[in-house]
Amino acid sequence: MSPELGHFALALAFCVSLVQAAAPFASGGGAERRLGIARAGARVQFLLVALSYAALTHAFVTHDFSVAYVASNSNLELPLFYRISAVWGAHEGSMLLWVLILAGWSCAVSASGAPLPAHFQARVLGLLGALSAGFHLFLLWTSNPFERLLPAALNGRDLNPLLQDPGMAFHPPMLYLGYVGLAVPFCFACAALLDGRLDAKWTRWTRPWTTMSWTFLTAGIALGSWWAYNELGWGGWWFWDPVENASFIPWLVATALLHSLAVSEHRAAFKSWTVLLAIFGFSASLLGAFLVRSGVLVSVHAFATDPQRGVYILAFLGVVVGGALTLYAARAGRIRDGGAFEYLSRETLLLVNNVLLVVVAAAITLGTLYPLAYQALGWGTLSIGPPWFNLMFAPFMLLLALLAGIGPHTRWRSDTLGPLARRLRPAAVATLLLGLLVLFLLSARTLGVGLALLIAAWVAASTLQNFRQRLRAGSRMALHRLPRGFLGMTLAHLGVAAFIVGATLTSAVSTERDVRLAPGESHEVAGYRFEFLDVHEVPGPNYEARRALIDVRRNGERVALLAPEKRVYRSDGQAMTEAAVDAGVTRDLYVALGEPLGGGAWALRIHHKPFVRWIWGGAALMALGGILAVTDRRYRRRRRAERRTPAGEAAPALR
Amino acid sequence: MKTRHLVPLLVFAALAVLLGMGLDLNPRIVPSPLVGNSAPEFSLPRLEDPARRFERSDLLGRVSLLNVWATWCVGCRDEHPLLVDLARSGTVSIFGINYKDQYRPALDWLRRYGNPYVTSGYDAEGLAGIDFGVYGLPETFVIDPQGNIVYKHVGPLDPAVLEEHILPIVRSFEGASG
Repeated sequence: MSPELGHFALALAFCVSLVQAAAPFASGGGAERRLGIARAGARVQFLLVALSYAALTHAFVTHDFSVAYVASNSNLELPLFYRISAVWGAHEGSMLLWVLILAGWSCAVSASGAPLPAHFQARVLGLLGALSAGFHLFLLWTSNPFERLLPAALNGRDLNPLLQDPGMAFHPPMLYLGYVGLAVPFCFACAALLDGRLDAKWTRWTRPWTTMSWTFLTAGIALGSWWAYNELGWGGWWFWDPVENASFIPWLVATALLHSLAVSEHRAAFKSWTVLLAIFGFSASLLGAFLVRSGVLVSVHAFATDPQRGVYILAFLGVVVGGALTLYAARAGRIRDGGAFEYLSRETLLLVNNVLLVVVAAAITLGTLYPLAYQALGWGTLSIGPPWFNLMFAPFMLLLALLAGIGPHTRWRSDTLGPLARRLRPAAVATLLLGLLVLFLLSARTLGVGLALLIAAWVAASTLQNFRQRLRAGSRMALHRLPRGFLGMTLAHLGVAAFIVGATLTSAVSTERDVRLAPGESHEVAGYRFEFLDVHEVPGPNYEARRALIDVRRNGERVALLAPEKRVYRSDGQAMTEAAVDAGVTRDLYVALGEPLGGGAWALRIHHKPFVRWIWGGAALMALGGILAVTDRRYRRRRRAERRTPAGEAAPALR
Repeated sequence: MKTRHLVPLLVFAALAVLLGMGLDLNPRIVPSPLVGNSAPEFSLPRLEDPARRFERSDLLGRVSLLNVWATWCVGCRDEHPLLVDLARSGTVSIFGINYKDQYRPALDWLRRYGNPYVTSGYDAEGLAGIDFGVYGLPETFVIDPQGNIVYKHVGPLDPAVLEEHILPIVRSFEGASG
């Protein structure tokens, strides 16, 4: 019964989303009344989708194999935790999660919009409702997760074993919160274009939503990378897979948007560019959805292909993005960019930041789509490998990081070279000393590695110096009184430095050995002795595992006892490698169990990965910075201020 | 309206055309290395009579379909009625490989939904499946009278695939032999 209830709730949610979409644009009735309808619509819609989602979860938890989606993605032996996460383990359910999250964002906008003018907020909700309606229709029409399978299957086919990992369980919801969250700035931008008025207020409303989505995207991508590292057994953390790129392109655009919003908020410059970026952000999310779900690209992550779905998403993409860009073409001419600035100013540096980020995003899009274009033009098939992406990514990002060290020290509008150089001198000296020390310690000889480490040191040193100056300048200010937006930026930039250190050192000085070891034998990698003790059988809930025990010693002292597993999942006999990792701040020791080679010997893959944690640590710092920035006092203070003067200019003292 | 504000729209339009063309291509048509080659040797106990074996030589002498199925495979259930009808029509002999399955449920399954197969090999460990390069069930191979794989379909069969791809091949061999 409950699957039908879920299906019905979803159909109702579609109808409600239509009301939510139409009411704000209907004529008649006051703006307040239209806003009231849109608001109620957003909330009812969210409740209905939540009910539908709960029904699908219930079907998973209770092993209702009469639901085709459950029968394909669950199994009697699947543990409860993965039965809950299996809801988003394949196309239909993950789309339902997508719709739930979109309704959730709608609901959040409806709850938090006090400082917005009523007609504007109603329009934002209306546009969000229209997006919801499009996705509801997609689900109901092409991807119904509640499709029955009669007679019911006796047992399910099981969740793809690759997805049975905690990293994978949390990664999609985070990522979707980010993808879908970009719909909020998108709808703000479209509503502002419809209004034809793009004042500084628009950017202030948009900024915290963008920061939130960006934070979720950052966390989601980092979790995905961490999952790949643990689960795929290759010890890699990023593969430039089309689906990874599909998540990374929106991140780059959102990062650009974050920075250009800072300019638009403080200086009223770049407004039309900021609007365009807000449109690009969600467009990149939609493009990603198309690439993953239409089957045009081959990837480990891609969902089952169905041409009908591809056609629908493409049409939807055409309407949404095409519509927004048409609106932009028609209205952007009216946007007046204020705030003139000199060549040497924070505006210029942020402009360069935006250009670099967008160029990289475009390059990655090009690299992802090039094989498709190549095939479409009838030239055969080809694939673009990581070297191309690394070439497009690393130099631009290092340049960007170099500027990230300078930007926060420069003044708005106009700065002069001499004093700026003087302000930066301590950081430069610290960088050189730190860089020399690091180079000496690691004896890394290649130019690229040295340069990357120097730049990381530069970002860290100048960020910390800026922090110290701010702390000293406000002598009456203790740490907790510094604006959280500033603290957030400081953390995020330190995260960039940490990420560069991790990515550079991991790729430059990792050691990787494929060895054959029999019990009692050992092998030495990077000063660690790995002794293969034995292999024994360990039963799992829905798999049989063989677990090896590996004693890791350094100078005779035990460092770790690693237990990598080779699992064979009972439902479909798929074999999975569960790597064992001894994590550390300066290095990971990583062992993956390969194939048995006869005579008790096994193939083992042993990695020594220096500083690999810094990659995810850096991402965690960035996400933490995002959280701090969102909770900045000024958003709350402004809300109160604007409530007092609903239509008037926002309070000037916002910094 | 200034022309430069139209640029994003034009770029997007070009991208949309490209994506639309991409939809018509199927990246999954990775030519199977087996198509056009001789079917691999195998020898499996017969599901309905484990004392006897089902081997590659049983496929020779006439064009046949080899369908890889299992009771845990939802797609197999989907295509099953089609196979039963096809077998009843007598157009082509259908052989099965019961892949990584349990013995009892597999027999019950055939009893319940009908048995379109001349015989099914019981491939509990999936060894024959590996030789055939099976990676997603159901899979169906068309095998010519000399034992060569002439066509492979991954995923549930549907009337369109049958009519457009499989039956023309089957008929072409009937014409040649008869």
